[in-house]
Amino acid sequence: MQAIKIKGSDDTPNVILDKDNGIFEVSGRSLPEDVAAFYEPILEWLEEYADSPLDKTVFNFKLEYFNTASSKLLLDVLLKLEDMFDDGKEILVRWHFPDDDEDMEEAGEEYADIVEVPFEQVSYTID
Amino acid sequence: MVNLKDKKESLDFVYDFYVKMKKNNINLAYEGEITHQITKAFTSLTENNMIKEEDLNTVQKKVFHVMVECLQNISKHAQNRNNIVTSKDGRGIFMVSKDESEYNVTTGNVIDNDKVIILRDILENINQLDNLGLKKLYKQQMREGRLSDRGGAGLGFIDIARKTGQKLIYSFLTIDEEKSFFVLTSTISRLKS
Repeated sequence: MQAIKIKGSDDTPNVILDKDNGIFEVSGRSLPEDVAAFYEPILEWLEEYADSPLDKTVFNFKLEYFNTASSKLLLDVLLKLEDMFDDGKEILVRWHFPDDDEDMEEAGEEYADIVEVPFEQVSYTID
Repeated sequence: MVNLKDKKESLDFVYDFYVKMKKNNINLAYEGEITHQITKAFTSLTENNMIKEEDLNTVQKKVFHVMVECLQNISKHAQNRNNIVTSKDGRGIFMVSKDESEYNVTTGNVIDNDKVIILRDILENINQLDNLGLKKLYKQQMREGRLSDRGGAGLGFIDIARKTGQKLIYSFLTIDEEKSFFVLTSTISRLKS
């Protein structure tokens, strides 16, 4: 399966969806001009991936910032992972947040409440 | 022919405007079309200023959040209202002011009168909720609300109220039988919470 690698910008996140290397990651900033258009290929990729996923999928979110329009699309990504989990696949979501960013930590907690999928909060330090 | 008297008045206006901006601690004032590019320019400008001012990281993030949501409220609102005829779509006024203790982010834009009641209801509802209530509403809205063609409207106001921890201050000023001017001010404390 062809990997997706999108280099982030000041308003779009870095995205890596690489089945061969087992890397699944969204990081950086997310406030694209057209959120739906930006996330569409990502959701389509996950849809296809769900047909034959790896034994274990660890999906990393390491976002600095996302706007409310993106929050909805991030939920859609998580819901795709939830579908896979419901189908008996092993899934782990790792939500990374800067240790001084309560809002980002809380956002992770909220997603963990909404989607039923193993969810791990990971704090990190920015120098 | 240049009317010298008009010119003089216009120059006086500039000074008057300058004095008023200074007096009200306004750092940024803009009237015009609000686009994605404008949103990016204003947020990065304000970010740079906040870094210079050595504002707390948490404060910077909150101001950034509020600015993006406020600006997108206007720009998104405009993009998909082709059926409603107002030439003012996607335009608005945007201001950032600050003093020692807080930042204020203000937007103003023209809306149709039939939207006033809906908008007022949404804002009143948000203002009567506490933190926990806002959290619930946000989650509910995220789960149930579909991403509208406006690009996720509905979450923005809730997010602003949550991030700032303050009530939304707003007013609707009637322009004429069809239109009103909607003003919204969000306050972000610069002090350590």
